[in-house]
Amino acid sequence: MSALYRALKYAAILLWSAFVIAPFLWALTTSFKTANGITSGPTYIPWLQYEPSFEGWRLLFSSGGGGIAIAGPYLSSLVVTISASLISLALGTLAAYGLSRFTYRAGFVRNADITFFFISQRIMPPVVLAIPFFLMLQFLGLLDTEVGLIIVYIALLMPIAVWVMVDFFNTVPRELDESAMLDGCSPFETFWRVILPNSRPGLVVAGLFCLIFGWNDFFFAFTLTFTQTQLLPVAIVALNSSVTPWWSLSAAALVSVAPLVAVAFVLESYLSRGNLAGAVR
Amino acid sequence: MSLVSTELTRRIDGIAHLDGISCALERGRFYVVVGQTLSGKTSLLHALAGLDAPDTGTITLDGADLAAVPVWSRSVSMVYQQFINYPHLTVYENIAFPLRRRRLARAEIERRVRAIAETVGLAQLLARLPGALSGGQQQRVALARSLVKGSDLLLLDEPLVNLDYKLREQLREEFLNIFGAQSRSIVVYTTADPNEALLFDAEVLVMHEGRLLQVGSAQSVYARPATTTVARIFSDPPMNLLPGSLDDSGLRLTDDVRLPRPRHLDSLRPGPYVFGIHPGDITLGASGIATEVELAEISGSETFLHVRHAQMRLVAHLSGVHAHALGENVQIALDGAKLFAFAPEGGLAAAPASGG
Repeated sequence: MSALYRALKYAAILLWSAFVIAPFLWALTTSFKTANGITSGPTYIPWLQYEPSFEGWRLLFSSGGGGIAIAGPYLSSLVVTISASLISLALGTLAAYGLSRFTYRAGFVRNADITFFFISQRIMPPVVLAIPFFLMLQFLGLLDTEVGLIIVYIALLMPIAVWVMVDFFNTVPRELDESAMLDGCSPFETFWRVILPNSRPGLVVAGLFCLIFGWNDFFFAFTLTFTQTQLLPVAIVALNSSVTPWWSLSAAALVSVAPLVAVAFVLESYLSRGNLAGAVR
Repeated sequence: MSLVSTELTRRIDGIAHLDGISCALERGRFYVVVGQTLSGKTSLLHALAGLDAPDTGTITLDGADLAAVPVWSRSVSMVYQQFINYPHLTVYENIAFPLRRRRLARAEIERRVRAIAETVGLAQLLARLPGALSGGQQQRVALARSLVKGSDLLLLDEPLVNLDYKLREQLREEFLNIFGAQSRSIVVYTTADPNEALLFDAEVLVMHEGRLLQVGSAQSVYARPATTTVARIFSDPPMNLLPGSLDDSGLRLTDDVRLPRPRHLDSLRPGPYVFGIHPGDITLGASGIATEVELAEISGSETFLHVRHAQMRLVAHLSGVHAHALGENVQIALDGAKLFAFAPEGGLAAAPASGG
């Protein structure tokens, strides 16, 4: 029975892994093909089934001749995503701690209403926000700039950080805060010296969400930039001209997911470790 | 030289957590707040610590009002029922934490941490993280952290509840020694277990529904509980309370259960009373009141026998293991000399001379 269970379990894991990995392998082989290799039916193994070509990869790093210089958009994407994520995480964590630990009252507005206000920013479809954002950035003279995009992304990412962190802080026992204050910490010191160092799992999840949402955004990167600033998703789509260059699209797709995969692998180990065992049992 | 609270009141959603608490706590003394769950014990500690501001009432320390002093500037420490430590810091850094906040010299911190770790038996574990310790050790860390500051006010909120029986006994012993040495601190300890208060032989404050019902030494509260409520709270298992009456012919509990009027009830006027007897003062006998067994709980070497006679229900606390079948008939003896008498409204009318 248990042997059968194990067999079924591993079969299921293998099947799922195949589903997840197959598109990546497909993109990988495609990135080494030429127009001929792609149109001549499904082939997988280089040299045996098709003649590999580095044309797709070469185009990523050359301007001219159907190529895109991917390095510029790549760097812009890194700068915008990382800056926006870090600022969102910092502001969002502070806001979340306040919402989790202190009671606010402004007329009929209570903590739960403020938390919902943050989250409600994500309820609206992005299209609704595009025009206001466009006008705001135009007014500020920040259209088509990295700074403008960072500001917009903070507005989009901070709700995620607040949401995740409020939930996380609500699981941290209040007695930990009380102990810190009784031991001589002001409210900010309590947050900084005691709560924050024990919040790694929450910070990792919130940070990962911010990075993923920021990195993958196409809509705002597309509507709020023209010529001066270009983010990676927009640059990749721009590859698509009269003839779809599947080889360089595949290569670009792989290059664009690479940092998220790397971050996920590094952060994953922090998720299992560093919980609050020891504070309360 | 003391902590005085005057008419502390705190209500949350209309429920009184503290209802006019006035008490004076002296330095160098050990106070045990006894009350059931939700009696307001924790609310009282939170108010004394300054973690919650009372709705009304004042707290003064040596005459100075504490209301405007924030928690982090007060000289208070607290040990919780849950084992609260800083998970990211080693045992050493946990204990040193309050001292570092006071910016003490490094050598002084080292000296104090090592001394207190020795006292509570953590000297070998200073490099560990709290998560790697057993529950008892974690609570020792919390205790060390609360002691190392030498606070004016040391609050312990049911610190032994989450420990297993043996550790509880052992730590209770150590607490007595440790608190005996805290000559300038006010120690306030809460518990739901009156036996713990009796073991500590401390000054007792009995709380119920946010009110302070009785204050006095553990022995005196046990011997003369002011009301039936105190009698129930300050006895484990709770005191048996039997409505009855006194008349010229003696003491009447039910139509057919009568006892001769005991000597210590001589001065009472005839009328209805509520009579109380500690479960430990009920004995099984060959002759006595015929009762039917409703439940026999055997706990280690003790037996709690729940019996019934007509409308009268009693719990007897017997030492030794007594196996009784449900519905079995047993004879119990009530010693009139050990009966408490309360007025029907609940106030104590007379207590046994021996203290029950």
